[in-house]
Amino acid sequence: MDSLLSDLRARVILAQASGKPVSIHGGGTKDFLGMKGTGTALDMSQYAGIVSYEPTELVVTARAGTTLVELESLLAENGQMLAFEPPHFGPGATLGGCIATGLSGPRRAAAGSARDFVLGVKLLDAHGRMLTFGGEVMKNVAGYDVSRILTGSLGMLGVMLEVSVKVLPRPERELTLRYAMLEAAAIERLAAWGAQPLPITASSWVAADGGGELRIRLSGSPSAVDSGRARLGGDVVPAAEADAWWQSLREQTLPFFAARPLWRVSVPPVTPPLALGDTVIEWNGGQRWVSTTQPAEAVRSAAAALGGHATLFRPESIDEARRVGVFHPLDPVVEGIHRRLKSEFDPQGIFNPGRMYSYL
Amino acid sequence: MNAPLDAAQDALTIARRQAEVVAALRHVVPEHCVMYREEEVRPYECDGLSLFRELPMVVVLPETESQVQEILRLCKRLQVPVVARGAGTGLSGGAMPHAGGVLLGMAKFNQIRRLDARTCTAVVQPGVRNLAISEAAAPYNLYYAPDPSSQIACSIGGNVAENSGGVHCLKYGLTVHNVLRVRMVTMDGDIAELGSEALDAPGLDLLAVFIGSEGMLGVVTEVTVKLVPKPALAQVIMASFDHVETAADAVAGIIAAGIIPAGLEMMDKRATAIVEPFVQAGYDLDAAAILLCESDGTPETVAAEIARMTDVFERSGATRIQVSASEAERLRFWAGRKNAFPAAGRASPDYYCMDGTIPRRQVGRVLLAIQEMEVRYDMRCANVFHAGDGNLHPLILFDANDPDSVRRAEDFGAEILELCVQVGGTVTGEHGVGIEKINQMCVQFTREELDAFHAVKHAFDPGGLLNPNKVIPTLARCAEYGRMHVHAGELRFPELPRF
Repeated sequence: MDSLLSDLRARVILAQASGKPVSIHGGGTKDFLGMKGTGTALDMSQYAGIVSYEPTELVVTARAGTTLVELESLLAENGQMLAFEPPHFGPGATLGGCIATGLSGPRRAAAGSARDFVLGVKLLDAHGRMLTFGGEVMKNVAGYDVSRILTGSLGMLGVMLEVSVKVLPRPERELTLRYAMLEAAAIERLAAWGAQPLPITASSWVAADGGGELRIRLSGSPSAVDSGRARLGGDVVPAAEADAWWQSLREQTLPFFAARPLWRVSVPPVTPPLALGDTVIEWNGGQRWVSTTQPAEAVRSAAAALGGHATLFRPESIDEARRVGVFHPLDPVVEGIHRRLKSEFDPQGIFNPGRMYSYL
Repeated sequence: MNAPLDAAQDALTIARRQAEVVAALRHVVPEHCVMYREEEVRPYECDGLSLFRELPMVVVLPETESQVQEILRLCKRLQVPVVARGAGTGLSGGAMPHAGGVLLGMAKFNQIRRLDARTCTAVVQPGVRNLAISEAAAPYNLYYAPDPSSQIACSIGGNVAENSGGVHCLKYGLTVHNVLRVRMVTMDGDIAELGSEALDAPGLDLLAVFIGSEGMLGVVTEVTVKLVPKPALAQVIMASFDHVETAADAVAGIIAAGIIPAGLEMMDKRATAIVEPFVQAGYDLDAAAILLCESDGTPETVAAEIARMTDVFERSGATRIQVSASEAERLRFWAGRKNAFPAAGRASPDYYCMDGTIPRRQVGRVLLAIQEMEVRYDMRCANVFHAGDGNLHPLILFDANDPDSVRRAEDFGAEILELCVQVGGTVTGEHGVGIEKINQMCVQFTREELDAFHAVKHAFDPGGLLNPNKVIPTLARCAEYGRMHVHAGELRFPELPRF
């Protein structure tokens, strides 16, 4: 591992000296997200392995190249999980890619996002120095929380070497319920449930024959799940089918997700139906997957008008992504902070330049 | 030139500077919002930790966001440092004024702008008290989860600055997990919105780095918080143990059993002995340590969880177990835990309060090491802390009238904090760095890591005018080495519960 690390450092130092960028990647499962990298590949997949895991600390630390499959199976052996249920999008998905993209899965609205679970990061900076931010403890306010800002940074600030994440016990029981319901009614129903102490840990709405189908997942102690079920009615989805359902949503293997372009529209959860195109709803209404051929400008302005934003999650083509940009344009003041952060951390622009925004 | 002449010249320079800034401020805010006479600015000389005092050059209390913008613009133009503050209950000198600067008091921003039970959100101004949010949400059976013990007085703007926690944060998270959006003014006087009322925002997660940045990156003018449904029931178990190590193992046992308690707190024998006469909570004074372990949720969940927790404690060797039988009893069990600070103030004229976090598995080891240090330094140390997340608050009792006692207490405190870092922890879990722990930052971080912190600061506040000389030490500063010290009467708001 030491020689791998030396090699990575040497590559970064060379990139810094020559001003030639590197394109950081692990399993390559999320290469589709954002603009194409322009630099030479910096392969993190060999820099792998669990560094420490103490189930009673609720913390696991692993090298960036560790696959999510390995990590999750270790946690499962100990009755624990990554509570933000990160999407893999392929068997090679790594912890580094998971944190760098900051994507979260079905449990996000109930448990929190990827960044909520990041406790610490070891970072290789633009000078090839290894820096540690945060750590393995739950509460830590010494200095700025750099590890959380690295979550979802798409590698633009440095190379993540190791990540410490908070883990949680797996629920004792889970149960999925379904309801035949139109989109607007489903959003209303989810909002009403959200204001009550119910153990809802995932939700989805998809169009179906005769209108649509709302599904929710209950998790917790057997008694809590049972009492939730008694209050909420609906039809019980058989366990195997339920697991497959949440898995297919998380991994986007449902036929719906084959549509291109596919937009991810993030809005306040109670927002009424968007009427932009075919829609799948998650996160109590906060995450809307939209298949539409409407112009990017129309999708973005609709999202912004509702207090949200839109990402061209899976573009029709690289040209389309290049033409309209993948991520929602930033407000000028926030853009200024982004530009300065990038130039402070990566003055030569060697880390994944242009992957998030052309100017970063 | 001789020294008295220097001083006279300095005083003249300061007076001119003050007059210049006051005159400029009066162009952007009404006259009653600007204060500069000593008797007017004296109340702002410190935050909750009054060891660190400084009279601000000018105090300004804006009433609108556009006034905040104008104030920051003119301070930038005149190159005047700005320290923002809310209720001033912070414990690390984070809101200590700058002698040549403007103290920007946000107390007048005290409105709850919107509380929406349908979206489970509240939009509040930074001066709104933490508890006031939960009070306003109570009719809808909602509340704001982070509950720092000073919640009756501390403001949400300060909570954002410190990333405040509380006994509920093991289960419900810190401020960073419960704030959706912050509207802030940059040192340029521009408005930036970080986060959003959706579940995320485009670009880097600036909200995550802003929360806990101790007033160094911008001035908060509005906060959108997440409200959560009130659990139907809460019950707490009080369990006694013969050894601190057994109690620490019981904490690990709870987590290993797959339970995340709503609160999990420990008090050692010294702490119960100090607190019990003060609050009469019924603590077991014979126990080496007691644990308070709370469950909340539906009645079915609480019943099941309390049974499982009780089982873990019994198997871990608890010598006495009591479950709160009523809400009044639950609050009584918590009363001593929450009043440890004022109680310690009665038991000893002086104490150092440390605030370090360690991995849970190190709790037993560190507490035993502290006991060994008590013998070595010939001093008493009481431990009351967030066992569930390893956040220690050792209180070292000493006598400030005895220079040798002071020296020993300082060395004792330093050794504890260094031990926290050594076992994989941190020098502050929740009180912040402020000015108080700035030297300890040099112990925890390398030069390169401190450089990265400066880089973050520079990206938000290139001129370095916001809350200067706090939180992130310069390398020159790291040549020094500081200590924290709480003296009787120097802690303001002694009546407030702490931790």
